[in-house]
Amino acid sequence: MSAVVFAHHGLTPAERLRDAGWIAFVALILGVPLIGLTTVDVGGRLAVDTRFGLLAMAVIAAFGGRLLMRWSLDHLGARKLARQRAATDSGAGRAQQVVNVLGWLALGASVALPLAFSDNRYVVDTATTVLIYVMLGWGLNVVVGLAGLLDLGYVAFYAVGAYSYALLSTQYGWGFWEALPVSGALAAAFGILLGYPILRLRGDYLAIVTLGFGEIIRVILVNWTEFSGGPNGISSIPRPSFFGLEFTRNAPEDGHSFASFFGLEFSAMHRLIFLYYLILVLALLTHVFVSRLRKLPVGRAWEALREDEIACKAMGMNTTNIKLSAFAIGAMLGGFAGVFFAARQGFISPESFTFSESAIILAIVVLGGMGSQMGVVLAATLLVLIPEFGRNFAEYRMLLFGMAMVLIMVWRPGGLLAHREPTLRLSADGKAAKGGA
Amino acid sequence: MSTLLSVRNLTMRFGGLTAIDDLSLEVPAGRITGIIGPNGAGKTTLFNCLTGFYKPTVGTLRLAHPQHGEMRLEKLPSHRVARDAQVVRTFQNIRLFPKMTVLENLIVAQHNVLQRASRFSIAGLFSLPGYRQAERAAVARAATWLERLQLTRFADHAAGDLPYGTQRRIEIARALCVDPVLLCLDEPAAGLNPRESAELNELLLYLCREQGVAILLIEHDMSVVMNVSDHICVINYGRKIAEGAPDAVKNDPHVIKAYLGEDEEEGVMEEYTEERAS
Repeated sequence: MSAVVFAHHGLTPAERLRDAGWIAFVALILGVPLIGLTTVDVGGRLAVDTRFGLLAMAVIAAFGGRLLMRWSLDHLGARKLARQRAATDSGAGRAQQVVNVLGWLALGASVALPLAFSDNRYVVDTATTVLIYVMLGWGLNVVVGLAGLLDLGYVAFYAVGAYSYALLSTQYGWGFWEALPVSGALAAAFGILLGYPILRLRGDYLAIVTLGFGEIIRVILVNWTEFSGGPNGISSIPRPSFFGLEFTRNAPEDGHSFASFFGLEFSAMHRLIFLYYLILVLALLTHVFVSRLRKLPVGRAWEALREDEIACKAMGMNTTNIKLSAFAIGAMLGGFAGVFFAARQGFISPESFTFSESAIILAIVVLGGMGSQMGVVLAATLLVLIPEFGRNFAEYRMLLFGMAMVLIMVWRPGGLLAHREPTLRLSADGKAAKGGA
Repeated sequence: MSTLLSVRNLTMRFGGLTAIDDLSLEVPAGRITGIIGPNGAGKTTLFNCLTGFYKPTVGTLRLAHPQHGEMRLEKLPSHRVARDAQVVRTFQNIRLFPKMTVLENLIVAQHNVLQRASRFSIAGLFSLPGYRQAERAAVARAATWLERLQLTRFADHAAGDLPYGTQRRIEIARALCVDPVLLCLDEPAAGLNPRESAELNELLLYLCREQGVAILLIEHDMSVVMNVSDHICVINYGRKIAEGAPDAVKNDPHVIKAYLGEDEEEGVMEEYTEERAS
């Protein structure tokens, strides 16, 4: 089949179409006996029937599939070539490719999930929880994974975000979208507040102080009843609306509810699905934000700080600012997650912000592989799903959870995805590595 | 020949231990000044005082900066010594950012320039032209030094995975990316083989003669110190015991005594002389 193109140069659209056309033609020839004609049993004897509609569909599928296949193969090939030219460890390059593909698959799956399970409350709810932890993991990843500052009190910022939104909305009638940036800024301020006293601390000492900070926030929330409602927490926190449309059964008198505006029958699932997409968007924004920051001077400074603080100083970097910026950004992202958490639950109390939450978030970052964004997704999914699947084992649930964590850490001591992708390459900047191997 | 750095009456005490005792020293601009002395003589402590890692107990460190005028190094925190005074050091036990690539190491060294260009990361986040240009310039600068130090083929490798001698060169390249006025090298030849040492000599002379960088050099490898230094200062027990041109220092009785003890006056020092002559 000389008409099927095996060219090694880039294909033009016409060539691609012709290539796909030939494949469709082959599919047609093969398809006539295989699909187009079939035997049916008519009153005890065989007769031939035709299924040309199905055949046409098969041919179109072959045409489209071939186009898609060639296109993706070319792209993969081109990327592979570029990577080989970059003269880097090809094993690591391939690992990164797999991670990238996994990432896009995960994104596709997470976008499609509520559509597939639109009447399964449990699945959508659990997926939302996974996404909250993913977002928290990404936030903490800045502090622990990138800047290398061990923070055991991360839940404090989650609490600051949640309580900010709860108080702003119940006391002052603020909406979700107004409260989101303010709560994030408040959490960031708390991050800096925590950052100042511990600038000189490292490792274990730092961990203990951050642990203390997390407890201080929780104890304040429990005891300062007039402010936070104490152990009773804050209830009837308003839910976020869809561009002003509430998710209520009955439309307000002067407007519409979500269901009535779109002419849908009211379903409690609408809100859950909306919340799911909301956290998905927030998490994706977090991901884009953190990934971009990592490739900027500030992100590289965080990583350099993790690698060697003294060398950072010797290079003229103000380590105070670098640490504070890591704490502030990490805390802000935790605060955003907290706002969403409060809006989703409608009720918050200090119970939700105990040390075990901090430990789980930290476990997500460590288990995923310090600094790895995809690792966080994988670890968050595992850490939320393992206890869920373990429900059948009743009291052995946490035992199972602990065992799974031990096994993972034995199997992969550097975390699930320990590979680190450089923030920039010499060859990628148009300067061919002259002495390149 | 103007003085770049003048150290006056520097004293550094740790509790009861006096690491540097009333040391005075002049470092000329555009020259290589060697600092030698037996182990524990206080050489690295001197570097730590110079670069702001230690606050001297007594004494002044005046830097005649070509652009910013006189600066008092003992009053600056370590990061400002490197950023504002442009006095940059390397470490005796190499301190790279091991998991980052060689190129990233060199880009991190240009953090302050890039951070300013990224305007609190906002210009960077949106990848505005000003920032992109600054980043390209930083990469170009790094590429130049990589090329000069024959490191280009390692650019995208994790710095910590490379051989020792290569890591030494990377550390020097990284320090050069900070754009130093005074480069303080703490035993750059330690662990290098003879060929690498010879290359180091050539590099130091290039930096000093062609780039006009003043170099302060702590080194035990006499084939390096004696060959490249314009001026050598010998320290023992925190005090300066001799100073002068390499040949003068080599024959100074105090120096021979410090290195070899009272009785043996021949041996190691003679060896250096022969080596140098060959």
